[in-house]
Amino acid sequence: MSGPLLSVEGASKRFGGLLAVDGASFTVERGSITGLIGPNGAGKTTLFTLVAGFETLTAGTVCFKGDDLGRMPPHERAKRGITRTFQIVQPFAGLTVRENIAVGAHLRHAARGEALARAEAVAKRVGLGDRLDQPASGLTVAGRKRLELARALATEPTLLLLDEVLAGLNPSEVRDIVPVIREIRDGGVTILMVEHVMQAVMSLCDRVFVLAQGRIIAQGTPTEVTRDPAVVEAYLGHGAAARLASREVARG
Amino acid sequence: MSRSGPVAAYGPILAVALLLAMLPVATSANTILNSMVMALLIALAGQGWNILGGYGGQFSFGHAVFFGTGAYVTALLQARFGVNAYVAFAAGIAAGAMVGTILGYLSFRSGLRGSYFALVTLAFAEVFRILANATAFTGGAAGTLVKLDVRPENFQFSSRAVFFWIALGLVTAVMLGVRFMERSRFGAWLVAVRENEDAARALGVDTLKVKIQAITLSAGVTAAAGGFYVQYFLFIDANLAYGTWISIEALLVPIVGGLGTVFGPLIGAVALHGLAEATKAIAGRIPGIDLALYGSLLVLAIAFAPNGLQGLMAKIGRGLSFGRAP
Repeated sequence: MSGPLLSVEGASKRFGGLLAVDGASFTVERGSITGLIGPNGAGKTTLFTLVAGFETLTAGTVCFKGDDLGRMPPHERAKRGITRTFQIVQPFAGLTVRENIAVGAHLRHAARGEALARAEAVAKRVGLGDRLDQPASGLTVAGRKRLELARALATEPTLLLLDEVLAGLNPSEVRDIVPVIREIRDGGVTILMVEHVMQAVMSLCDRVFVLAQGRIIAQGTPTEVTRDPAVVEAYLGHGAAARLASREVARG
Repeated sequence: MSRSGPVAAYGPILAVALLLAMLPVATSANTILNSMVMALLIALAGQGWNILGGYGGQFSFGHAVFFGTGAYVTALLQARFGVNAYVAFAAGIAAGAMVGTILGYLSFRSGLRGSYFALVTLAFAEVFRILANATAFTGGAAGTLVKLDVRPENFQFSSRAVFFWIALGLVTAVMLGVRFMERSRFGAWLVAVRENEDAARALGVDTLKVKIQAITLSAGVTAAAGGFYVQYFLFIDANLAYGTWISIEALLVPIVGGLGTVFGPLIGAVALHGLAEATKAIAGRIPGIDLALYGSLLVLAIAFAPNGLQGLMAKIGRGLSFGRAP
């Protein structure tokens, strides 16, 4: 099939008087890791929840494999192959790691034994293989982020939406999990990620969209967008790009 | 537990059932059998509540609405239309389950959770109680009598032992069914809804559908307790059928016994009824003393044994084995 896997056209979301997302358009190519970055409050997470179906669009469309998803609820989007993770991890705290992941695996495997076996395989893939029978509530922050990833992966998604999976991790934990994400993509899963950790965005993403005040202000490869004056201004304020440029000229 | 074989999963249930089935052989004292039948009846009502509350995390405060519907349909079909008792009993279960579906659809579709859901169920039970009390068809405040005609084909038996075995059979069947549920996809999804609804939705769980299915099952089981009550006492009125007493008992026994466990409701019912009988024997006839005791027990259970008696026993067991470890 041709065309992008996901295409968002003129997406807007209004909460009362606040226009959180204002006519944002972007596409995610099959087999890519696409990043969505932007300053705090830019509307990244809102845009994300629109794609996942947790909120409904005020205007615009979200098309997956060429079909308009309309007001399709999240569980049906998951069946179609779109699964999200949560920025604030949401483990099933009373269950073990294995049982947590099995809930995801049940989407495509009705039999309990099969789902549990799938859960074990996925846990090994994300590095939770030795913690299968631990209660999820006993995991560290890094462990919970991996669990979040594993559960989503167990649904066998076509498009994985990662909402700041690296936030709250220390640099060595980030280094550990970056190759895991790359392996997931190499396994054939397309990834759209909202991320603040620029080190990871730079090394992982093929293409980046920058969102500021609800609008897409720039797009391109990670290197291109970090050089874009509009992006620098969005992060550091009006006139920042010019000041930085003049300082560099002064330094020679 | 979910990975163990069928023997480990279902064996203990059958063993407990067989052991309990010996009771009428050991004693023929009517007071003991009577008390045990009541304990099993409450256990059955509690098993129903446990499916929705214990496994699904949706705390109902009005399971009387299902108990009462099961009871009234069983009684009225016999008394008004001369329907066979077993057919009436089955119809009572179906009617209770249907009320569950409707109540579930109305409240879950509007996103009611937690105390709001509890209040709505309480309100439903009260409305049904007032209606049953005021309508001529249900016999109004005088209630409805089922004609005494002690024959097995009428679901009426002269021996309390037979009622005991029937009640035990129902409780056992539900325990087996709940164990089966625990080991199924539906069970996994239901527990996921209890633990975190948003996460469940993200993983492809149709949470509305799962909750409606759970309340339907839950209501059917509690309605069976209501139908059995009618066959045992051959009488029902609005306060017995839709009164808060049964709503409270139905939620109390799983909480005390062990929320979201197969044996919880049975353990809780036997423990509470044993205790209530003992209190009555010691404290004599102070009205409401058993209820006051129930209240304090609930507080103690929630404060010190949030996993119920079953969890408490497991904790003590683990403590002992840790003690022995080098």
